[in-house]
Amino acid sequence: MTCREFLALLDDMIDDTVTAETRNELRAHLGHCPHCKVTLDTTRKTIEIYRSNEVYDLPDSLRERLHAAIMARCMKGC
Amino acid sequence: MAIIEQVVGQIEQHPDVALVERVRGGDVSAYDALVRKYERQVFRIAQHITENREDAEDVMQDAFLKAYQKIDQFQGNSKFSTWLVRIAVNESLMRLRKRRNGKMVSIDEDIATDEGSVPRDLADWAPNPEQNYNQAELAGILRKTIQGLPEGFRIVFVLRDVEGLSTEETAETLGLSVPAVKSRLLRGRLQLRERLSRYFHDKNMLRDTGGGK
Repeated sequence: MTCREFLALLDDMIDDTVTAETRNELRAHLGHCPHCKVTLDTTRKTIEIYRSNEVYDLPDSLRERLHAAIMARCMKGC
Repeated sequence: MAIIEQVVGQIEQHPDVALVERVRGGDVSAYDALVRKYERQVFRIAQHITENREDAEDVMQDAFLKAYQKIDQFQGNSKFSTWLVRIAVNESLMRLRKRRNGKMVSIDEDIATDEGSVPRDLADWAPNPEQNYNQAELAGILRKTIQGLPEGFRIVFVLRDVEGLSTEETAETLGLSVPAVKSRLLRGRLQLRERLSRYFHDKNMLRDTGGGK
């Protein structure tokens, strides 16, 4: 497997949607290619960081104000 | 047997379904519960797409109002949250278009890039690179980094990886094919990774060399 072939399957590996056979091929490639190992690890980390950190915060005061505005408009039935 | 089927049916029914039914029956307090449950998610999506706080506030209100008005159109063959996200995405894209004086948003255009090329940056990251920054600094880095992505990549990444929609749900929400979503997701993930490497790698290097130049 070449690095280009590995990269084409990177998302499938991260999302765990590969067959057992393909997974073994990908693992074999990782065993001797530090470049792809770094790419895989840091891409996984990228996703994890975005998933576990709030990029845009919504303070409670603003949330309550917006919530009240939404419900007021719904009550009016507009 | 009938009892078993009834029990299985009750277990499988998503709690939102009962709330939606109550809203349809005129119970506004049930809608209050749905808004409370999903308001953070809707706001987050609107912020990611519009990249503007005022627009996100307007989108959040308009999306929940539209969902309330159209609740009878909710079929129940998809999750309520997916249906709501679709409304929020459409409202956000409309808002973006309005801000650009009617210019179409490029979500359905093919974006020419070096697809399939092997990433150049070989540098590994520290085991927990986010720990080198406080929460506000980290949020700033993540915001700046994702805002630099092309729109088509950014929205797919947000829906798929941040909000946890499936590839199929993301495709349906954005009116894209599944292969188009996959292609944008791969390129979006790789571009984000490369951009974040600048922060996480540099800091690592500085630490390893005792403070750098």
